[in-house]
Amino acid sequence: MARASTRPTRGRPDGAVRTLVTFFVMVAALAAVLGGAVWKSTAQWTPKLGLDLEGGTQLVLKPRLVGDQTATSQQVAQARDIIAERVDSQGVSGAEVTTQGADNIVVSMAGDPTRQQEDSLRRSSALQFRPVLTVAAGTPAPTPTSTSTGSSTSTGTSTSTSTATSTAPKTGANAGTGTSTGTASSNERKAATTGSSTTSTSASSTDKSTSSASGSATSSATPSGTPTSATDQAWVTPGLTTQFDALDCSKDGVLDTIIDDPAKPLVTCSTDKTAKYILGPVAVGGADITDAQAGYRLAQNGQPTNVVEIQLSLDSKATKTYGDLSIEMLNLPSPRNQLASVLDSSVIIAPQFNEPITNGQASITGGFTFQEAQELAKQLKFGSLPISFDLQTRTQISPTLGEEQLRLGILAGLVGLVLVVLYSLFQYRALGLVTVASIVIAALLTYLTIAILGWAQNYRLDMAGVTGLIVAIGVTADSFIVYFERIRDEVRDGRTLRTAVDTGWKRAKRTIVVADGVNFLGALVLYLLASSSVRGFAFTLGLTTLIDILVVFVFTHPVVSLLARRKFFADGHKLSGLDPERLGAKVRYAGRGRISAPRRAAAEGGQA
Amino acid sequence: MTSFAQFGNDLYTGKRSIDFIGLRRRWYALSAIGLLLAALGLGVRHLNLGLEFTGGSEFRVSTTSVPANYEQVASDTLSKVAPGHEAGVTKLGSDTIRLQTEKLSDAQSNDVRDALATAFNTPQEKVSANFIGPSWGQSVSKQALKALIVFLVLVSLVMAIYFRTWKMSVAALVALIHDMVFTVGIYALTGVEVSPATMIGFLTVLGYSLYDNVVVFDKVRENTQEAFANRRMSYERAANLAVNQTLVRSINTTVVALLPIAAVLVIAFTKLGPGTLLDLALALFIGMAVGAYSSIFIATPLLVTMRSREDDVVKLAKQAARAETKAATRAAVPAGSTAPAAPIQPYAGAPTTATALADDPADDVRDAATGQAPAGGTITGRQVHKYAQQGPRNQPRRQPKSKR
Repeated sequence: MARASTRPTRGRPDGAVRTLVTFFVMVAALAAVLGGAVWKSTAQWTPKLGLDLEGGTQLVLKPRLVGDQTATSQQVAQARDIIAERVDSQGVSGAEVTTQGADNIVVSMAGDPTRQQEDSLRRSSALQFRPVLTVAAGTPAPTPTSTSTGSSTSTGTSTSTSTATSTAPKTGANAGTGTSTGTASSNERKAATTGSSTTSTSASSTDKSTSSASGSATSSATPSGTPTSATDQAWVTPGLTTQFDALDCSKDGVLDTIIDDPAKPLVTCSTDKTAKYILGPVAVGGADITDAQAGYRLAQNGQPTNVVEIQLSLDSKATKTYGDLSIEMLNLPSPRNQLASVLDSSVIIAPQFNEPITNGQASITGGFTFQEAQELAKQLKFGSLPISFDLQTRTQISPTLGEEQLRLGILAGLVGLVLVVLYSLFQYRALGLVTVASIVIAALLTYLTIAILGWAQNYRLDMAGVTGLIVAIGVTADSFIVYFERIRDEVRDGRTLRTAVDTGWKRAKRTIVVADGVNFLGALVLYLLASSSVRGFAFTLGLTTLIDILVVFVFTHPVVSLLARRKFFADGHKLSGLDPERLGAKVRYAGRGRISAPRRAAAEGGQA
Repeated sequence: MTSFAQFGNDLYTGKRSIDFIGLRRRWYALSAIGLLLAALGLGVRHLNLGLEFTGGSEFRVSTTSVPANYEQVASDTLSKVAPGHEAGVTKLGSDTIRLQTEKLSDAQSNDVRDALATAFNTPQEKVSANFIGPSWGQSVSKQALKALIVFLVLVSLVMAIYFRTWKMSVAALVALIHDMVFTVGIYALTGVEVSPATMIGFLTVLGYSLYDNVVVFDKVRENTQEAFANRRMSYERAANLAVNQTLVRSINTTVVALLPIAAVLVIAFTKLGPGTLLDLALALFIGMAVGAYSSIFIATPLLVTMRSREDDVVKLAKQAARAETKAATRAAVPAGSTAPAAPIQPYAGAPTTATALADDPADDVRDAATGQAPAGGTITGRQVHKYAQQGPRNQPRRQPKSKR
């Protein structure tokens, strides 16, 4: 009978060996990734530590207030929430964002943020769509020169090549997109923002493309009466005109004093300082944006071009406003058929409408790099800050918990591990060694993963995370306990060890998968929905759950099924932890008048 | 150890069984008292929320030379001026010390400023006092709560689908809430400060409790499915057996999970004093212990209570009761029949097979019955034909194959 039961299982141990080898290759690969990252990149061998363990940088941000503007506590609280979200989006680092005093915001984050990260935190990132009323070159001196930046922004949206090389057929094709209905992105054509270089483009093209570009202001109608709509020329008052004429975009800091009131017209420059505008009041504001995605613009044939764009989805109200505006603008003379995308009071781009856009899908291009576009899309999604902030101080901050806590925490973890080892040896004898090996492997995997994520995702381990990992020892060990108890149950039923491992695994697998699955689901939901430290926790929980499943499936089970072949375990040695006699294995009726008894018990029974 | 293994064996076979389900009213009452205390604690004493939740006062001391034991000096100064306040001390840059504590009154705040200036030997204007807002404000809590609710709903759905009954989800959720209220209540009663780290601890407890319940429920599902199939055991007994069979696992798991936390707790308590580590370890220790308790004593009994009125379950209980009395009489009679005149024992030579070959003792029963009861009936009162009363006569009496 024993011989009969070997046959179906003969192939399996080799499978187990293969699984184990694969697993170790995987672990080695992880280690290699980390090693490579340490060697070539900025990674480090140890996991990155969080704010409370390693200290970090503290940024004190002060609202930038112009004139008699004041920041209400509500605005500050709102800004705090948005900044916290922005910090979170930079990685799982558990930053702290608090308000201080009346209107300051203190951001404490682990590590040393780059200049760019710092700026992206404090920038308001208020996106507005304002109709263009008047355009002029950036500097008051009316000597239009073709600069390389100017020409690059003035090219058609379907190409990023400079105007000098752009040919008529290309622009012609571009014009064709204007009349045919296509994606939202193809409905907008970037209009000229600067002088002569653009004119040359439009001259070569045959369509109604930008004819407005000229060195001087082209405000046509004289203002009269009260403005009736956002595009009404009546917004341009003599006061504004003077301000507009005096504006010199090439000077640094010229925009810092601008008071940006959404309900009033705005005099401002483009981001590349080559053009200045008088803009109507805000038609669609940043708060109306429901989603923002950075990506590459698709050409007519569906192939991605190398133009980076940000796709915006507007909410229903803004969709209607935007649609109505686009219809209205189609019939307006240039430059009033242009709608400017204004970010933090300066114009990124002012394209003109070629056809109405009523589906609420706007897009902006503006010579971003892909990284910039991604960063900006993130900021647009979280909403703009009600106020921009200036960096007041930037200081190094010492850890609140420090070496001592971490050292003792790790010591406690080790003591706990030793206790767990002792207990499982006591409970499961030799099988306990498998538990220990599995926990050690899981710990190794976790360590490697955290170190790699620290490099790739800026994942930082804080004290709560360390404790979470210590707790994970227990939860990981549980999978093995469930499994071993199942094997024991099967042995108690009188199965031989090899079949007991098989059937026990089949049942334990189910339990382990569903229990871990539920935990992983929880971790995923918390990670996606919650913020700050809860998110960090969810990340750790999800990670340890995945590693738990992985280790049980590709390490513990293969090892146990290999061990079940050894005489020591198969014969139920007293120290194997699977001694059928001590487990009170009962005689099993094996059908047709035969019984199956554990080998040793049967032998003794035969002698008696 | 041997006795523990023996204990496990007995629990598995059902030879020894702890009546978790039968005594459920007792566990309910016990938990109700605990929950009441916890609710009372929450209502009367409230949670002692840390300054991450409430905001607080912040002092910054600029000094030319920061002493090495600046943490000690700062917290000593604070406890002298405003006793009972805990200080979080941090060094900013190389020459500034930051001290954060719960919100102080203006007068207290001034006193602390003076005291800090003297302690660090620096002019008073170099010490700034400020109020700081919460880093874990309303919005963070709200978001976390929203995430938690979505999580619970999803998990309930998944469990309901996996276990094919929503009642398991409900029982697991009740156990979960039970654990949370318990843990949080203990925090309220003891007045230990709740920091974001403790919140994380609570969440860990939640995950663990859920995990534990799923493991026990999976065994309950297996056992009760079997019971529904073979109709020999009532739902209640099958569930009870499941809890007993997983008891060794529950004990082992709980011990293994609690050992590292206990280590953290002891080390944090003896070496570090109050702080993140201690707060967190305490929350986890209590929560996981309660979680283990509830998965055994609350969740499964609750499930049985909820399902006990279902038609299926009632029907099963009736059939199981019938099967049990049958089995009981079968077991009881041969033992009792040794006293009357020698019953026929056809297979006396093969005692080992007697338990395995179920038909043989039945013959004994029948033979014994003819000796005792008035002719023509079995113990259960069924009429038996005269020939059948004699037992199998025409079959060859040979030993089973395995014994030849």
